[in-house]
Amino acid sequence: MAEEVVLLDFWPSPFGMRSRIALAEKGIKYEHKEEDLRNKSALLLQMNPVHKKIPVLIHNGKPVCESLIQVQYIDEVWHDKAPLLPSDPYQKATARFWADYVDKKIYEVGGRVWKTKGEKQATAKKELIETLKLLEKELGDKPYFGGESLGYVDVAFIPFYSWFYALEKCGNFSIEAECPKLIAWAKRCMQKESVAKSLPDQQKVYDFILEMKKHFGIE
Amino acid sequence: MAGELVLLDFWPSPFGMRSRIALAEKGIPYEYREEDLRNKSDLLLQMNPVHKKIPVLIHNGKPVCESVIQVQYIDEVWHDKAPLIPSDPYQRAVARFWVDFVDKKIYDLGSKIWKTKGEEQANAKKEFIECLKLLEGELGDKTYFGGESLGYVDVALVPFYTWFYAYEKCGDFSIEAECPKMIAWVKRCMQKESVAKSLPDQEKVYEFVLQLKKLFGIE
Repeated sequence: MAEEVVLLDFWPSPFGMRSRIALAEKGIKYEHKEEDLRNKSALLLQMNPVHKKIPVLIHNGKPVCESLIQVQYIDEVWHDKAPLLPSDPYQKATARFWADYVDKKIYEVGGRVWKTKGEKQATAKKELIETLKLLEKELGDKPYFGGESLGYVDVAFIPFYSWFYALEKCGNFSIEAECPKLIAWAKRCMQKESVAKSLPDQQKVYDFILEMKKHFGIE
Repeated sequence: MAGELVLLDFWPSPFGMRSRIALAEKGIPYEYREEDLRNKSDLLLQMNPVHKKIPVLIHNGKPVCESVIQVQYIDEVWHDKAPLIPSDPYQRAVARFWVDFVDKKIYDLGSKIWKTKGEEQANAKKEFIECLKLLEGELGDKTYFGGESLGYVDVALVPFYTWFYAYEKCGDFSIEAECPKMIAWVKRCMQKESVAKSLPDQEKVYEFVLQLKKLFGIE
């Protein structure tokens, strides 16, 4: 079955990283197309006319938009290798809840950490740590959120690790000092090839954040 | 298999209505518990400690939080009757996309319509109508978003109909005039018992909104 899989992406996007990891876990060959978000391609605008955002997964010419929908799609189509979602409905609901929690919290709160200063930033840092601690608690003693192997929540969450260094530098704090178990989990994930080759270097992400700060006139 | 099923809910919540409809479609008996959101029950706080929000579906003592996760859970556990989510992975991804679109747009824009005035309200009304028109486009000539029978997108969207009258009165506009196909679809849904008995009266919702406006000091 000849498959054509294309991923429209942007290298620092934690959302794009989710789909990269899922595709790598399943060993699926695909074409990675880097988008310039200040000059979006005709293909992107055609494939995601509603939101005009990356990532977009294009499978045999048909677009799948929104990263968590892509990860579920990848898991369902290529279901015979490295399953990401549990088969039990209750465990599935729990996994979906925590992926949704990551979606509701991490990006927005993390954004406030690098975009603000003073009291707003202090509040954002506090909220971020509380959020990470809750996720640490959900992880418990498991090697991964998915149990013995990488699962849906791991894939949804680990991309944000590539932004931790940038957040720590901007906020002048240490995530590892507050959430050692979480960093241990992140390092465990990074030992997997599918994750390591899907995440950009943290220094590169920090340089990108610095450029964005300059661009938006943030000190 | 039915076990003990409890739904912690709040009568005007469009999110709670989603789970009510899904349970009714499947013919599943459950205990409905009305929450006073100014005085949340111990059970609610225990079952949804992370968000402390309704609806919460409690199945054999185990909580499922977030309405779209509940609808998927209900569809998976009681899979032999009235399937809501398509079995084809691509159609599933499309259904999830539109439910996500409803989640991202309708509630917030609708809230802006009744909470604001002047230019902010005008912008919200404009965007709200644009979103409904996009949904009309997705519906096309189908009877329901799910095709010949009620599906996931129908269940996710139709609850907001109960707030349309309130939006129209507060915003001084007619949704039917702009989106007749949407209203035609709504009326088809309302002919189904599972929908009709799960949705409160629009006038009641409008009175509730007026009370909220008084409470928040909104003109």
